[in-house]
Amino acid sequence: MGQTIAEKIFAAHLRDEPFPGTRVLDLDRVLCHEITTPVAIADLQWRGKDRVFDPDKIKAVIDHVTPAKDSKTAIQAKMLRDWARRHELKDFFDVGRNGVCHAIFPEKGFIRPGFTVIMGDSHTCTHGAFGAFAAGVGTTDLEVGILKGVCAFREPKTIRINLNGQLPEGVYAKDVILFVIGQLGVNGATDRVIEFHGPVIEAMSMESRMTLCNMAIEAGGTCGICPPDAVTVDYLWPFIAEEFTDRDAALADYSRWLPDADAEYDKVLDFDLSALQPHVTFDYKPDCVKPVKEMAGTRVDQVYIGSCTNGRIEDLRVAAGILKGRRIADSVRGIVSPATPQIFRQAMDEGIMDVFMDAGFCVTNPTCGACLGMSNGVLAEGEVCASTTNRNFNGRMGKGGMVHLMSPATAAATAVTGVITDARALLKETAA
Amino acid sequence: MSRKQFGGPALLLDRSDINTDEIIPAKYLTEVTKEALRPYMLEDLKLEGFDPASAEAREARVVVSRENFGCGSSREHAPWVFEVNGVHTIIAESYARIFRQNMFNGGMLAIELSRQDIDRIFDLRRLGAVEVRVDVDAQRVVASAAGHELGFDFEVSPFDKALVKAGGWVEFADARY
Repeated sequence: MGQTIAEKIFAAHLRDEPFPGTRVLDLDRVLCHEITTPVAIADLQWRGKDRVFDPDKIKAVIDHVTPAKDSKTAIQAKMLRDWARRHELKDFFDVGRNGVCHAIFPEKGFIRPGFTVIMGDSHTCTHGAFGAFAAGVGTTDLEVGILKGVCAFREPKTIRINLNGQLPEGVYAKDVILFVIGQLGVNGATDRVIEFHGPVIEAMSMESRMTLCNMAIEAGGTCGICPPDAVTVDYLWPFIAEEFTDRDAALADYSRWLPDADAEYDKVLDFDLSALQPHVTFDYKPDCVKPVKEMAGTRVDQVYIGSCTNGRIEDLRVAAGILKGRRIADSVRGIVSPATPQIFRQAMDEGIMDVFMDAGFCVTNPTCGACLGMSNGVLAEGEVCASTTNRNFNGRMGKGGMVHLMSPATAAATAVTGVITDARALLKETAA
Repeated sequence: MSRKQFGGPALLLDRSDINTDEIIPAKYLTEVTKEALRPYMLEDLKLEGFDPASAEAREARVVVSRENFGCGSSREHAPWVFEVNGVHTIIAESYARIFRQNMFNGGMLAIELSRQDIDRIFDLRRLGAVEVRVDVDAQRVVASAAGHELGFDFEVSPFDKALVKAGGWVEFADARY
């Protein structure tokens, strides 16, 4: 019987099967940030086991609240910083070099096809965009990962989603994943890996694939996975050029992770996206989605562009394309947070930051901050935010606040008008 | 860590998809000890009539709920806020993967029962306060109210049961790897 991508990765990393159905895997990457790691560090110290299994495979970043906003967040940052130094981690990103974890780790070339990756962060599923098995875990799994380099999982079942057709102009990866979550429901993929296939994926950049895989968890998925292809190789080439004679050789090597033709899936879903509309969420669950036109006219107080979902250069380019020559509505606060320093610099070099600032946006440093209501754009009771992030839970961006999730294009158009707006109308004006 | 105590007065939360942000809002994730989370359990839960400061909520040792309990963030602060409030047993129709594993990884119980069984526990509440007893070895839960008892067998994977017996995943993994 053939294997799925996840089954191949599991087979190649199997350390132990302590009980039927429980797979303990060797880990290629254990990723750490300052919110979920300090308790693991403190517990290891308390147990007299303050060790790391491999300082080259563990990567750490301060990203959720940075620079520190108060004494408590300063202590969290310090615990991670001291630990990273104590164990001589090869890669640790502190203030000035830090960015949102699921943007900066791939940007540094740390994620490769076939890798096993864990992090104490639910959006770790993002890294499946590279053909890796990447799962969010709690602090205890993280702690064991740091100490032993292993993590336990149930046998993975996989839902295959074929995304057929061609995305219409003005419709993006974020619209695709919001639509897919709406179809699956918030627990439609629980304990499942989602494998994405089809011409829509093949035509996507790595940035778009990361946006797609980032939200697999919002359908309950353990990981979203895209098959590695030439786009993956091109993205990784600066990091792998010395490992392979040429790109074809890299592609041939990575192709061993592709699913077998007779792989057995838990479920196969086909969607033709040729007529997909831009989507947006309503209410407090990410599967509450509607076409933007059905929510058009909804007043917002704040527009937030950033996060591990949509804070990459491609996202900023799309938003700037709509904002160029326009100003945001007086009733709206616009906030943009490039996800990494490299993205920030690139956006400055391309004039994108001028566009945002001319439009009236506040530009903040790379951080998770506002997405989970910790800093840099927390909502007041009763306020509404149009956001390119990934969660619209009650209170997510601030107690009593409402979050509407959408693409950077929809967010930019909404900033201009002050109400939820289909960006395609503005794109047409720009073209005319 | 040794094996925990299970069972006690139950808090019944009649809603699906209760998420980790509702169990423990992100603004409290700046704490670096589990104990500091204690006052904030279920602070942002959106459920009509629910008051996190009520005696029923504060005295609960078991939570009974619906589908997809603990969805959202990977934050182990969600099981921890239950743990430091003495809630070591959750009973629900289904769980989000990370939350369920976090419970067992901490040596606690995330028990799954069918919708029909959960309905019957909710029905018990009409008789009075619901109390739950748990026998981990026999894999049996008994819910009672005003002298009426209902018993349910539950499934738990051998791995998860081993974690509960070991007191958690760190203990298990440290002894084995």
